[in-house]
Amino acid sequence: MTPQASSKFETAASPNPPEPKPHEGGLDPKIRSTHLDFFYGAYHALHDINLDVHSNKVTAFIGPSGCGKSTFLRTMNRMYETIKSTRVQGQILLDNENILEMEVSHLRRRVGMVFQRPNPFPKSIFDNVAYGPKINGMVSRSGMAERVEQSLRRAALWEEVKDKLHKSAFDLSGGQQQRLCIARALAVDPEVLLLDEPCSALDPIATAKIEELLFQVKHNCTVVIVTHNMQQAARVADYTGFFLLGKLVEFDSTEVIFKTPKVKATEDYITGRFG
Amino acid sequence: MATASVPRTARPVVRASYVRRIFSADSLAQAIFLVCALAILAVTALLVWELWTKSSLSRDKFGLTFLTKTDWDPVAGNFGALPFIFGTLVTSAVALILAVPFGVGAAIFLAELAPPKASDAMTFLIELLAAVPSVIFGLIGIFVLVPMLNVVVPVLKDDVGLGIIPIFSGPFYGVSLLTAGVVLSVMVAPFIISVSREVLLAVPRDLREASLALGATRWETTWDVVVPYARRGIMGSVFLALARALGETMAVTMVVGNTPKIARSLLAPGYSIASVIANEFAEATSNLQVSTLIELGLVLFGLTIVLNGAARLLIMATAGKVSQ
Repeated sequence: MTPQASSKFETAASPNPPEPKPHEGGLDPKIRSTHLDFFYGAYHALHDINLDVHSNKVTAFIGPSGCGKSTFLRTMNRMYETIKSTRVQGQILLDNENILEMEVSHLRRRVGMVFQRPNPFPKSIFDNVAYGPKINGMVSRSGMAERVEQSLRRAALWEEVKDKLHKSAFDLSGGQQQRLCIARALAVDPEVLLLDEPCSALDPIATAKIEELLFQVKHNCTVVIVTHNMQQAARVADYTGFFLLGKLVEFDSTEVIFKTPKVKATEDYITGRFG
Repeated sequence: MATASVPRTARPVVRASYVRRIFSADSLAQAIFLVCALAILAVTALLVWELWTKSSLSRDKFGLTFLTKTDWDPVAGNFGALPFIFGTLVTSAVALILAVPFGVGAAIFLAELAPPKASDAMTFLIELLAAVPSVIFGLIGIFVLVPMLNVVVPVLKDDVGLGIIPIFSGPFYGVSLLTAGVVLSVMVAPFIISVSREVLLAVPRDLREASLALGATRWETTWDVVVPYARRGIMGSVFLALARALGETMAVTMVVGNTPKIARSLLAPGYSIASVIANEFAEATSNLQVSTLIELGLVLFGLTIVLNGAARLLIMATAGKVSQ
């Protein structure tokens, strides 16, 4: 279904598959997507996505609603499988291992996710963070307190909650809840952290806190963030991909995308001419 | 008068329709629905009033000792409610002990594991079960369950050795507190299944995904996140089932043995409040007996209210624990 449809935009990011363009030579691709197509039933949602996500960098996906950026994010931890009659074609690799063939709970332990709306469990703050390490059998009972503290510190939440760890997570503000969700995801020590519009339900101050903590997180974790907010991508991302109508229109370093985009459609979107 | 800008000719029209809307819609609707709400309260109040006044003979004669006496002797005019309270509570408890694990388990299967279409079909059949008249359950109890228990119980009692436990001791004749409890458990299970399933299906998708995204398996997600989130609703379904079990009359009467005794064993026959009212009301020989049976109705009413109140407190207490 794809080939004839793919000519509407030049696709600078996917020049000559099967070998995707090596970016800034020498950098390791943490996740590599090759000829990736995605279907919701008969609807063809992603067309031939080719890109590399680099280790210990922040990669942002931008684009208008329904362009496929969140769908693409959800192929990286196979969260699309919770929706019926979805189908993937092509290849997506995590450290050269095929994500589509991995044991799914193992994959998701390695590739964590934070969602659009804060979704803490109806448990205490402590138990929210401890849930992942506990089910994955990663930490002994005695080491749990330390693991929880460490995760909350990484999510820049520790100072605010250290005196009420056993209060319900619902007592926190929206921004705190979202940082709790980040702490919960970090507690299982993921190699990749996916964030699906993590700030869309938050005010600017809470948003700034999350953006700030991503700079710390990327030291030992690869970050992929989907955002509606172009300024956010410009602020936090090292690489940015622009999606439109299920295609990856352009993918490059954030500086190039925002200052000297190669494709007209990217420029139009960045400068606010549509979207 | 803020309507100055409205043209003079238009004013009466506007005003009339406005006035009509206010009075014909809002006030009328309010009045109608207020009557509906009050009617329910009035019926309940009348019910209690009737039970209270018509039981005065019995209340004056026995006072509070009615609740603690164990005799039931219509000839001598000596009546006590305790065997019936006991029978009602025991049969309901047996019903819940059997129905809750099965019902919640079935609900988890239907909500979390079964394919949606199969789940809908099965739920429809289960809800049909709730619509079967209780006399049919009584008949099935007599013709199917009693012969079956007559085979199974002696084996469990003597060969497996459960007979040494007091609640499974003594002779078994088929009709018993246990038999009534089993019949009741089948009758109340559909309520537990259908309500619990709805509650489980209503758990936000966000929460499931949050758990799955941490590497939890489907079962871990169900057990550690979905079921705890739905716990209050599941408890609600159990109390709905309890209310049904407490008041069930026909099916219990047919298999409980109708013997006003407090036995140590579940295998012994018993009696329930609803059953004795149904059985003896038409043939009551004295005004005192009629009055006594009406007071038993009052006791059942009180029992239901107390247990439901306790249930609400329990739900509130556990809810408080989560979001303290």
